[in-house]
Amino acid sequence: MFTNRKLQYSLAINEALHQMMESDPSVFLIGQGVKSPWYVGNTAQGLLERFGVERVIDTPVSENAMTGAAVGAAISGMKPVVVHPRIDFMLYAFDPIINEAANWCYMNGGKASVPVVIWGIINRGGEQAAQHSQALQALFAHIPGLKVVMPSTPYDAKGLMIAAIKDDNPVVYIDDRWLHTLEGEVPEEVYEVAIGKAVIRREGKDVTMAATSYMVHNAMRAAEELARDGISGEVLDIRTVKPLDKQLLLASVKKTGRLVVADGGWKTCGIAAEILAIVLEEAFGYIKSPVVRVTLPDVPAPASSALEKVYYPDSGSIVQAVKKVLSS
Amino acid sequence: MKRYPKNFLRKLYKTMIRMRFCEESLVEPILNGEVGCPVHLYSGEEAIAAGICASLKETDYIFGNHRSHGHFLAKGGSMNELAAEIYCKETGCSRGRGGSMHLIDPDVGMLGSAPIVAGTISLALGAALAASIRKDNRVVVSFFGDGATGEGVLYESLNFSALKKLPIVFACENNLYATHMPIQECRVRNNIYKIGEPFCIESHEIDGNDVLQVYEAGREAIDKCRKGEGPVFLEFLTYRFRGHVGPDDNIQGTHTDIRPKEEMESWLKKDPIKRFERYLLSNNMLDEQVLDIITQEAEKEVITAHSFAKNSPFPDKKELNRYVYKQEASV
Ligand SMILES: Cc1ncc(C[n+]2csc(CCOP(=O)(O)OP(=O)(O)O)c2C)c(N)n1
Ligand SMILES: [Mg+2]
Repeated sequence: MFTNRKLQYSLAINEALHQMMESDPSVFLIGQGVKSPWYVGNTAQGLLERFGVERVIDTPVSENAMTGAAVGAAISGMKPVVVHPRIDFMLYAFDPIINEAANWCYMNGGKASVPVVIWGIINRGGEQAAQHSQALQALFAHIPGLKVVMPSTPYDAKGLMIAAIKDDNPVVYIDDRWLHTLEGEVPEEVYEVAIGKAVIRREGKDVTMAATSYMVHNAMRAAEELARDGISGEVLDIRTVKPLDKQLLLASVKKTGRLVVADGGWKTCGIAAEILAIVLEEAFGYIKSPVVRVTLPDVPAPASSALEKVYYPDSGSIVQAVKKVLSS
Repeated sequence: MKRYPKNFLRKLYKTMIRMRFCEESLVEPILNGEVGCPVHLYSGEEAIAAGICASLKETDYIFGNHRSHGHFLAKGGSMNELAAEIYCKETGCSRGRGGSMHLIDPDVGMLGSAPIVAGTISLALGAALAASIRKDNRVVVSFFGDGATGEGVLYESLNFSALKKLPIVFACENNLYATHMPIQECRVRNNIYKIGEPFCIESHEIDGNDVLQVYEAGREAIDKCRKGEGPVFLEFLTYRFRGHVGPDDNIQGTHTDIRPKEEMESWLKKDPIKRFERYLLSNNMLDEQVLDIITQEAEKEVITAHSFAKNSPFPDKKELNRYVYKQEASV
């Protein structure tokens, strides 16, 4: 039955965790702050009460070992979700994520799998400065053996969390605090959003705006604004940054012939750069004008709100980029 | 009873009062939104920074963490620049790029602070290594909280510092909590100072709310390091009077301060400043008039610092990328 139920993004994650922990006793949640809304908002609400301290594990400040423990538990048959309430803190866990989890299956000839979800929350703005603002999707997308998902809607937040938990491989699940209060339709039943599939959020014919995570919403606002000027923009939500859905990306670009890529990470060697590279390699003949990236500048996050205002791109940045693409 | 020179006591008291007034003066601007960056107040823990830094030379180095206003002031950083940084202004010690959690003044040996838990411990280790390579007789103090004892890098640093006999004091401010986690949920026993022992590092547990005990322990540790007999590990038992972040942990509308009321009240009775005052007055070491003058001076300094900060300009948005690299001039 079609219910039309609305749910907040963060509660969609919460529901995925509840349902997966309910249906599969090998799923558990570990990480710093799982029992404190100060850390994880309401994404973990009710889990501790329902599943107990054995499966909802708040930890000392030990990201490296806790992530390694999740990876090890995955190798030995569990399905852990390890959460980092800021993706910045996850940098202490590079070794278990990259050297171990990502390589484990390959370097062991496929004899072992690592069904772990490594969940990192982007938490930026508010003058939190360089170590408390980073969007590090590109670092993880660079690594063979990892999958990286970035849901932009409540529906996908739930569906991708479920898919990530069910996946036999290490999945880096990246959400953004700026999305947490977003409301949208979320079915009550268990469902998956396929990892590796992008989606068209708005159809258009003049230009493709390929965007990730929070930037999808800026792209949607930009598309609306552009429509008032008679420009028909197509918004492609990348959803999974690795493996990237080339097919849908190329189909859209071949249709519009123009491309703006919007990602909340840095410019150099970022997700946007990768998307452009794919298009240049595989759809060069279809491109009618230079392509433009809308990203963070190659600058650490500043504290001062005066600088934050110019640091973070918004829908206006995308509108400008589209106009540039269309005028050249 | 040990007699300290009056001048020394006056200075020690002044350092603590300056910190307290500075911290408490931030409460209102945080609540009314004039200060926007995350601020971790040091109220209640002043004796540690004051007591330790009293034995450091200007050329000695310290590193801090997210709760480092006190470390910065005690090492000789300017309150004007501190306040301006907290207001994220161009005149701040980090030019408004860092905010409250990134304080630095290399001219007085404050080499930086950062909120990644345990993130600066190995940097302090490196500064001590540099001092030992250069044989420049410097001592380094690494300030960190009890939360940092969860991170492996602390143990790696302890081992290496012991192996190379580096001139570093590990100063752990144990205020019994790491954000929402009471220490008993992070460690089997509350005996942090023992972590130095397996590395053969001299280690002590100190009442961190008694500034003279802190001073004595710090002085001995720093002397040892200077003589090449370091490292030393010091655990200071203390308590924060304010929230983990902000005045009361409730600025985001979520009441996340889980500390029992009775516990807070019992620690308020151990206020390090009041304790020191009582000691000074009851032993006729300083009289009330002297304390009053110090208090008034500190009040003035704080007012000046706020108006300096408020009247300073924000960073120019055209200079967003200034300071990404050292040599890069403004665009
Ligand atoms: C690597 C890392 N993990 C987690 C955090 C989140 N965090 C901020 S402060 C803090 C606890 C700090 O506790 P402690 O070291 O005891 O210092 P206190 O705040 O008590 O002074 C944590 C876990 C962080 N900043 N860095
Ligand atoms: Mg603490």
